[in-house]
Amino acid sequence: MINEHLPALQVVVPLLAAPICFLILNNRLSWLFASLVSWLCFAMAILLVMEVKDGAVLHYEFGGWAPPWGIEYSVDVLNAYVLLIVSGIAAVVFPYSWTSIQKEIPESHHRIYFTAMMLCLAGLLGMTITGDAFNLFVLLEISSLSSYTLISLGRDRRALTASFQYLIMGTIGATFILIGVGLLYALTGTLNMADLASKIPALEGSRTLQAAFAFLVVGFGLKLAMFPLHLWLPNAYAFAPSAVSAFIGSTATKVAIYALLRFLYTVFGADFSFNFMQVQWLLMPLAVASILFASMVAMFQDGIKRLLAYSSVAQIGYMLLGISLVNITGLTGTLLHLFNHALMKGGLFLTLGAIAYRVGDTRVKSIAGLGQAMPFTMGAFVVGALSLIGVPLTVGFISKWYLILATLEKGYWPLTVLIIISSLMAVVYTWRIIETAYFQERPANAPEVKEAPLSLLIPAWTLIAANLYFGINSRLSTDLATGAAKMLFGGSLL
Amino acid sequence: MMLTPQDLILLALCIPLLTAFAIFFTNPWPNVREGFTLVGSVLLFFTVAALTPHILAGERPTLALAEILPGLEISFTVEPLGMIFALVAATLWPINSLYSIGYMRANNEHKQTRFYIFFAIALSSVMGIAFAGNLLSLFVFYEVLTLSTYPLVTHAGHEKARNAGRVYLGILISTSIGLLLPAVIWVWYVSGTTDFTPGGILEGHISGPLLTLLAALFVFGIGKAAVMPTHRWLPAAMVAPTPVSALLHAVAVVKAGVFSVVKVVAYIFGLDLLKTAPGIEWLLYIACFTVVVASIIALQQDNLKKRLAYSTISQLSYVVMGALILAPLSLIGASLHIAVHAFGKITLFFAAGSIYTASKKTNISQLAGIGRRMPWTMTAFTIGAISMIALPPAAGFLSKWYLLLGASQEQQYIAMGVIVLSTLLNAAYFVPVIYSAFLKPEDPNQLIEHKRDHKESPLPMVIALTMTAAATILLFLFPGLVYELAQAVGVPVS
Repeated sequence: MINEHLPALQVVVPLLAAPICFLILNNRLSWLFASLVSWLCFAMAILLVMEVKDGAVLHYEFGGWAPPWGIEYSVDVLNAYVLLIVSGIAAVVFPYSWTSIQKEIPESHHRIYFTAMMLCLAGLLGMTITGDAFNLFVLLEISSLSSYTLISLGRDRRALTASFQYLIMGTIGATFILIGVGLLYALTGTLNMADLASKIPALEGSRTLQAAFAFLVVGFGLKLAMFPLHLWLPNAYAFAPSAVSAFIGSTATKVAIYALLRFLYTVFGADFSFNFMQVQWLLMPLAVASILFASMVAMFQDGIKRLLAYSSVAQIGYMLLGISLVNITGLTGTLLHLFNHALMKGGLFLTLGAIAYRVGDTRVKSIAGLGQAMPFTMGAFVVGALSLIGVPLTVGFISKWYLILATLEKGYWPLTVLIIISSLMAVVYTWRIIETAYFQERPANAPEVKEAPLSLLIPAWTLIAANLYFGINSRLSTDLATGAAKMLFGGSLL
Repeated sequence: MMLTPQDLILLALCIPLLTAFAIFFTNPWPNVREGFTLVGSVLLFFTVAALTPHILAGERPTLALAEILPGLEISFTVEPLGMIFALVAATLWPINSLYSIGYMRANNEHKQTRFYIFFAIALSSVMGIAFAGNLLSLFVFYEVLTLSTYPLVTHAGHEKARNAGRVYLGILISTSIGLLLPAVIWVWYVSGTTDFTPGGILEGHISGPLLTLLAALFVFGIGKAAVMPTHRWLPAAMVAPTPVSALLHAVAVVKAGVFSVVKVVAYIFGLDLLKTAPGIEWLLYIACFTVVVASIIALQQDNLKKRLAYSTISQLSYVVMGALILAPLSLIGASLHIAVHAFGKITLFFAAGSIYTASKKTNISQLAGIGRRMPWTMTAFTIGAISMIALPPAAGFLSKWYLLLGASQEQQYIAMGVIVLSTLLNAAYFVPVIYSAFLKPEDPNQLIEHKRDHKESPLPMVIALTMTAAATILLFLFPGLVYELAQAVGVPVS
């Protein structure tokens, strides 16, 4: 009985929980409630994955209104997979938040924090699950507005400008998406994705359709931080509170990539996107540029959070590269990297949160000597960094393996070289941190530092351990990603 | 209770790891800690020794550990070459542990627990490399070995050690990720497997110049084999404490490199296929070049450990030559040389460390007359040097004999010339050391302050270097076991 309503509950529960978080006047209770809800969401996502993993598609009509008039939620293996990523990260970050925000956010704002996090979660889950183009825009706005709030909660005053910058860029992106969706509605008279998909092939050649396509690609490009539209991202990640960086850094851009894929493959269809519009030739150079440029910039950063933010831009480049190869292996690589990058960046940002909690800031030079002072925290960081580089037995290796295979299948060996060079660049920018932590002494006048509390270490290590687990036994992620990639191509191999 | 060969493989991997744990927990009691190192290393020796009869009897036990990606496993298969390598490492670890205890205590080294832990982890990865059943497993443990030896190289922690560590990691990681990993993926891509199979797996999948390119990717990607120009990490690593240079940088790490080259030639390419690769002889010539040039550089080194390091580079390329001459006889020579050089070179390093511990002398120009103060050490040094020069009754003679036979069979006159020339060069840089140690009078100005009237170094060290020197001679007199294994390298089991 309840199973039937799972798709709706997946979004409705966190959405309703958000105001309740604010209404619970006790901060600690509010946190407990929020954590509980995040676990509930994770449990629901697991149930959904189990139902659709064999290729079934669940349809849910909101309020009993039949599509294309009513809003339809449809769950296939692709969105179930992304739901799993988003809710899984949330289930780790929410419990982590309590200790982390004690030092980073004034107490009066704690309930706002939980409310905004819950709204953001609801928005991201909703964007992922919805089968309605306009609904997607609405939920995108919910998640975006709440993330502007979250970023502005950072204790550094620059968090306000970062948040404002993101607000401007994000709104432009959202507007583009809205214009795209509006054009599609004007052309077809429908907003349901499945319905759109059935009507679009007849319109091929229409200028309006092409304009809608362009608006949507650029709009999502902004939200997912595609080079050169990534300028909002480094500041936003660097100045947000640690827990927020971890959550947004590992979920928001992933969901935007999901939405892009949904439009490219399901709504417009692979044939229109790649054969007619040739969008891969737009994505590929931009992906290459972002991988090279962002890795290079990351090597010269003094703040570790900003360094990881630039590394994120590079990793997003990998995901776009996988899309631009237009083969199943490449798409599988992209989808795997959604999962794997969420694990590695989530883990790394949580580790940084633990460092920020004890040391106060996270510049490279201020972590000197932490290898001895905080062995478990730095140990987690080392594993996360290895995963980022793509060392075997970590998840980073799995996604790179698929991406490299995909470039070989296409015969684009310069791209193979590019992936390898950028892995080496990742060695350079992570090793600088590790070397500072282990082989430099703490300055003589620096205050004594203790190991981070367990309430931070356990969530951080959960994600880091997942990096290893899914690097050794990748069956879950590869099965889901391969299934989703095959479904997106839908047998119509290009 | 009878242990199956599979159990023994697992034990060989786990014993060093368990030893590392035991060392970690017995940190406060140095005697107990060292006890664990000794017990662990002896147990490992018995485990590996117990595996030997199975291999001689023609068994090839296989053990699959985990499936990382569909069809891509971490698995182990023991074959003769791996058996030789594992036997050498497992025989020398107990002796080296004995030596380490003497060296580390006599020199009051700091952070000894960390030292022993990473040493044990390195041995575990050596076992993983020796028994790897496919290229991926080999690559995984190859990387673990690089990472676990990094803290040993930078052990001293000062600026110079950190810089050396950067060179070490920089070269080993960039060659392995930049060249070896693409080669592995390439093999997987064309043949759909990376399993080591006698006679190779690439027949019919790849041919012509691409074959040469792939071989070059392997030869240079396996940076641990120190073929020029990837050799720079080895002299840099000499900054480590001498036991590390002795077991790891004369035996385990460098042998892991040449072992991988031989293994790839015999079990991935196959001799017959590689003969068809155009220009393959140029790879052989590069190895020849390395042999000669490294010897010439060794001639100019005054620092004893540096001279030994360059001698190692030159000796390693013998093994690479043996593999690339592409004759079954030279393959036997290469396999023998892995064992033979190990015993000789570890003796030389033991002697260098012994000299340093007793007298604090590091340079060859200071060694006049030291033979009379340290007769055991310098006698052992002499035996090691004879083995390097390849004179009977030291074991070095055996492997060079087979290398020469193989080269003449294949009419590789350049290779033959190089072997003869390098024998002369070896004599040129070892004989003067022996001469001045025994026959020149001592120069009082060269004595280091508080070590004016030194005698032999501590007993554990003398015992250790006597044992390896004796083994070098015994190996010449009784080469049966190693020879039998070497003959079976790359030959399918009937």
